[in-house]
Amino acid sequence: MSDIILETKGLTKHYGGVHALEDADFILNRGEHVAIMGDNGAGKSTFVRQITGVEQRTRGTVIFDGEEVNFAGPLDAREAGIETVFQTLALADDLNVPDNLFLGREKTMWNFLGPFRRLNYKAMREDTMAGLVKTGVKIPNIKNTIANMSGGQRQCVAIARTATFASKLTIMDEPTAALGVQETAQVENIIRTLKEQGESLILVSHNMRQVFDLVDRIIVFRRGRICANLRKEETDGEDVVAYITGAKTGAEFEGAA
Amino acid sequence: MSDTSEGTGGLTFDKSKRQWPNELNVFGALILIIIIFEILGAIFMQQSLLFDTRDRFDSIFNEARLRIIIIQVAIIGIIAIGVTQVIITAGIDLSSGSVVGATAMIAMSFAQVSIVNGAENPKAIFGPAFLDLPVIVPVLVGLGVGMIAGTINGILVAYSRIPPFIATLGMMLFARGVAQWWSLGNPVSFPTEAYAVIGAGMNPVIIFLALAVIFHLVMNYTVYGKHTYAIGSNEAAARMSGINVPRHLLLVYIIAGMLAGLAAVILTSKNLTAQSGMGLSYELEAIAMAVIGGVSLFGGRGSIIGTVIGALIIGVITSGFTFLRLGAFYQEMVLGAIIVGAVALDQWQQKRAAARA
Ligand SMILES: Nc1ncnc2c1ncn2[C@@H]1O[C@H](COP(=O)(O)OP(=O)(O)O)[C@@H](O)[C@H]1O
Ligand SMILES: [Mg+2]
Repeated sequence: MSDIILETKGLTKHYGGVHALEDADFILNRGEHVAIMGDNGAGKSTFVRQITGVEQRTRGTVIFDGEEVNFAGPLDAREAGIETVFQTLALADDLNVPDNLFLGREKTMWNFLGPFRRLNYKAMREDTMAGLVKTGVKIPNIKNTIANMSGGQRQCVAIARTATFASKLTIMDEPTAALGVQETAQVENIIRTLKEQGESLILVSHNMRQVFDLVDRIIVFRRGRICANLRKEETDGEDVVAYITGAKTGAEFEGAA
Repeated sequence: MSDTSEGTGGLTFDKSKRQWPNELNVFGALILIIIIFEILGAIFMQQSLLFDTRDRFDSIFNEARLRIIIIQVAIIGIIAIGVTQVIITAGIDLSSGSVVGATAMIAMSFAQVSIVNGAENPKAIFGPAFLDLPVIVPVLVGLGVGMIAGTINGILVAYSRIPPFIATLGMMLFARGVAQWWSLGNPVSFPTEAYAVIGAGMNPVIIFLALAVIFHLVMNYTVYGKHTYAIGSNEAAARMSGINVPRHLLLVYIIAGMLAGLAAVILTSKNLTAQSGMGLSYELEAIAMAVIGGVSLFGGRGSIIGTVIGALIIGVITSGFTFLRLGAFYQEMVLGAIIVGAVALDQWQQKRAAARA
């Protein structure tokens, strides 16, 4: 087993004339937490969508867990072990916590009934509780619908999927962008818990303090290209901002942007 | 929220934080409406609406009126079950009443007897080869016609992305046209004895309640039900989660169509005749049952139990107005107000939930 959990080579996405992502070469090691930073519209979410099968890439290669992958859809990626917390929350308000965690891959019995196969609520509830305990997420009552939960609680539910499904890689796209201070702290605690458990993570974030608190390495995107790959110890906030704004470009990326 | 701000920790299961099921509110409304009619009945008619006031020891209820109430709503209630799951997907089905009309005409044509009062059936649609058929034939034809209508609705909504309102409005007009074209406006009558049994006596009620139980289980305990709620609640999330949304929607509309077809079979069997105007405005009554029962037109929320109670509310109001000897126009005014009230309440609840999040 190699130390690399995810690698992309020349990953590119064009939306018609918009070159949203251009030739992204990226490596993530097992157990490593990496931040992706960059201005709005730099291509961060686009990068995430190509890896997770939400969209089909224009060209390039994605190697996950040692194998080249071509996910047809987000479910494929999940089944392979990539859990994603999307920037726009993919939760159904009128369903409760276990229903949301297991949406699209329910535990079932009586499978001969096809679409009318029976849900195994008990098993899903137990797995949900185990996942919540593992991540330290607190929810007043998991049988309540998501509609009545705070933004932070919802985000935690989305993140708890990771722990519930024993994934190999977690991707979070601006998980705390819409949260208050306390809720942000709770999400950050969960991320630390994931780190202790050796989970690999890609964190898209604009929050410099958060990034320096949580990750090992920082990748900077600018206008669809990766323009810096910085180990946390070798950089600081000012330096990262210089890369984000384009005042600086990493030596190995000269001529790219 | 003190319990979320502590960061990491275990789980809390605070029973007081459990949600109050909406069906209880709807049930409360039913009780309230019954009480109002009982009071009005006591004042103006010196009689009770639902209870036995003739001091017989063997019964508490006025069974005859209960029976009328429930038979009255059973057939449209069957349609309302199908409509409920459509509305839960954030869709609508305006075609069910017309599908009843078309299915009534077509199914009945396969249910006719050859000899009526010693003479040839004067209403026979087809030649002798299609008379005296086993009862399964018209039943399957009825389900089949409903299924075709539902399939067309489903394809239009799920694959062509035509808004459900427009797609089913088109089917509403089309199916009514089919009903009128089928025998050029003539009624189709004289079904076989076996066919006449389907809708006789309390059978419509038994079928309605059996279907209500089945669909209650389906909506709450199966993958089909869960995905139906998920699509209505957040279609994008459902798609992201890997649910085949178009295929699921197609199935939802097919089932709604088949239930309308079944309602037509029961209705024609009960009335022993099929007419092209059958089922007129049934779609609106079915939608009213669902909406009064707490099914949200925004999708994602509602239940079969709610719709059944909604059907009973409509039944009680209809009977209550007759009981009070008030004209049907009052009844329609009150029903109209209740429907608007139910939707307003739902909108208000939705806003309150959004504000809290
Ligand atoms: N579906 C799409 N169609 C066309 N252009 C898109 C689409 N999605 C993103 N883009 C464009 O691609 C660029 C990168 O967007 P995005 O990845 O969302 O940026 P970020 O997440 O870094 O803020 C932007 O210029 C955006 O307008
Ligand atoms: Mg983004």
